[in-house]
Amino acid sequence: MSIIVEDTTKRFGDFVAVEGVSLTVPDGSLTALLGPSGSGKSTLLRIIAGLESPDSGRILIQGNDATQTPAQHRNVGFVFQHYAAFKHMTVHDNVAFGLKIRKREKGEINQRVRELLALVHLDGLAGRYPSQLSGGQRQRMALARALAVEPKVLLLDEPFGALDAQVRKELRAWLRRLHDEVHVTTIFVTHDQEEAMEVAEQIVVMNVGRVEQSGPPRELYEHPKSEFVMGFVGAVNRLGSLFVRPHDVEILQRPERGTDEAMIEHLVHLGFEVRVELVLGDGDGLWAQITQAEAEQLELEKGQIVYVRPSHGRVFDRDEVEPPGDGLPSTEELQAA
Amino acid sequence: MLANGRASRWGLRTFALGYLAMLLLIPLGMIFYRAFEHGVGAAFDSVTTPDALHAFYLTIVVTVIAVPFNTVFGVGCALLLVRTNFRGKALINAIIDLPFAISPVVIGLSLLLVYSETGWFGDWLNANGIQVIFALPGIVLATIFVTLPFVVREVVPVLHEIGDEQEQAAQTLGANWWQTFWRITLPAIRWGVGYGVVIGTARALGEFGAVAVVSGRIAGQTQTATIWISEAFSRYDYTGAYFGAVVLAVLAVAALLAMNVFKRKEAA
Repeated sequence: MSIIVEDTTKRFGDFVAVEGVSLTVPDGSLTALLGPSGSGKSTLLRIIAGLESPDSGRILIQGNDATQTPAQHRNVGFVFQHYAAFKHMTVHDNVAFGLKIRKREKGEINQRVRELLALVHLDGLAGRYPSQLSGGQRQRMALARALAVEPKVLLLDEPFGALDAQVRKELRAWLRRLHDEVHVTTIFVTHDQEEAMEVAEQIVVMNVGRVEQSGPPRELYEHPKSEFVMGFVGAVNRLGSLFVRPHDVEILQRPERGTDEAMIEHLVHLGFEVRVELVLGDGDGLWAQITQAEAEQLELEKGQIVYVRPSHGRVFDRDEVEPPGDGLPSTEELQAA
Repeated sequence: MLANGRASRWGLRTFALGYLAMLLLIPLGMIFYRAFEHGVGAAFDSVTTPDALHAFYLTIVVTVIAVPFNTVFGVGCALLLVRTNFRGKALINAIIDLPFAISPVVIGLSLLLVYSETGWFGDWLNANGIQVIFALPGIVLATIFVTLPFVVREVVPVLHEIGDEQEQAAQTLGANWWQTFWRITLPAIRWGVGYGVVIGTARALGEFGAVAVVSGRIAGQTQTATIWISEAFSRYDYTGAYFGAVVLAVLAVAALLAMNVFKRKEAA
């Protein structure tokens, strides 16, 4: 059983937030909706939760048409970017909320809340109020609250977006492990490609309300179907019509077949790796990512003339009509190409 | 900067305090002084006449009816204005502020035009034996009208501030509209509601203009506290007038103190 989104569109006035999106999320999977802000990913998540209603299209949750079902009866767990903690309730009461609404027995509620707080590592904080917790703790509480009602689906809207970098990293790894334990079908929204690559089994890349491409992280990285996807799931250089990842730029001391002359403008040492910023003969910029060892072997210096060539690159058909505004070809056009 | 130097800071403080003293503190202090000029006993006797007691009783009855009405209406109206979108929202928003802008006397007269025996609803009210004007319903109506905006205006900004994510979270957890309102929204806005109730109460206790028009000012029947005070004053019962004023002022100060408690809780 799974979540299926069928040809769904949602407009806000003149703005088309989600346009003809179709999507299948396999049961028990951990899927990321990845895209820049305004790409419609949060709106799509809210449509799946029942917090927005689509103008057209259908949502199927575990085979049942849920399009007309209000959020209250969808049995989805939803986690908000800013936690949406019930500020006037203790951690215990926050987590117990859904169970109290379902009129479960008090002993059962207490038992379940204890288990969940242990699961999210908040044991001992049951009596605290949200204002006495850190951001990371609040978000874990929100997650326990969502999981308490044993949802069919867990939806997270930029769950780590409001947290600082360190806590974010921890929670990512933790979410990954939690999913291995709980196995509930999970969709999370993010604009951070690293987060999506690190956590998700499947990534759906969205842009201007449409799905650009979906698949496992590695497939998206190695076989992007569009310029947009290639640029969004990793760093990219453009050499004319060729798109090259920085680690696919070869740097040579002497000219060889297919090389271009370039001057080193900057060398940025990032620990294990070195970022080499280059200017080509025609004035275009380019950057390469090589290891510290390679950089030493080549004896690279600022201002030096070197010869570069792409070891691997992709060409996307640029003759297609471009959608207005963003200058990027859409999925259909690329698939047709 | 105007308030930069030490001297100018002190100057501003002195000016502000002096201004308040001339306008508020000295006149109010004088009332206290004059009320007890002839001793506590005389003051007490003056406000324990049957008419005086009835007037204070009536004021409290009117307040106890009007304030809950406005609380329920105010919370409902604030929810409507903040959480929903509809045509005419701006109009409702403007109408709610009317009682702030219109003189209470005008409010009283307008009620008279509609609900008196010769007014629009006069025939219907007569036929059903309901007396509004010169009776309790009229006084309550006038008081509700005058104190209408307080709860709405206090709750609207609080609703904006808390946002609707907590409510949406409650929905996804299975709560229906009423459960969401009762368990999430109301606790979140409770200090705002309390604040609005307290100023509404203070205003209802002190209402004069609109009530003076619709009540008929019948001693022992439709005379509220403020009207009794003004009548006492006009028949040269200064002790009664001043002590009655002191009682009202004490009630208002108590309301102000309660308001400060709410304000602090809201800020916390």
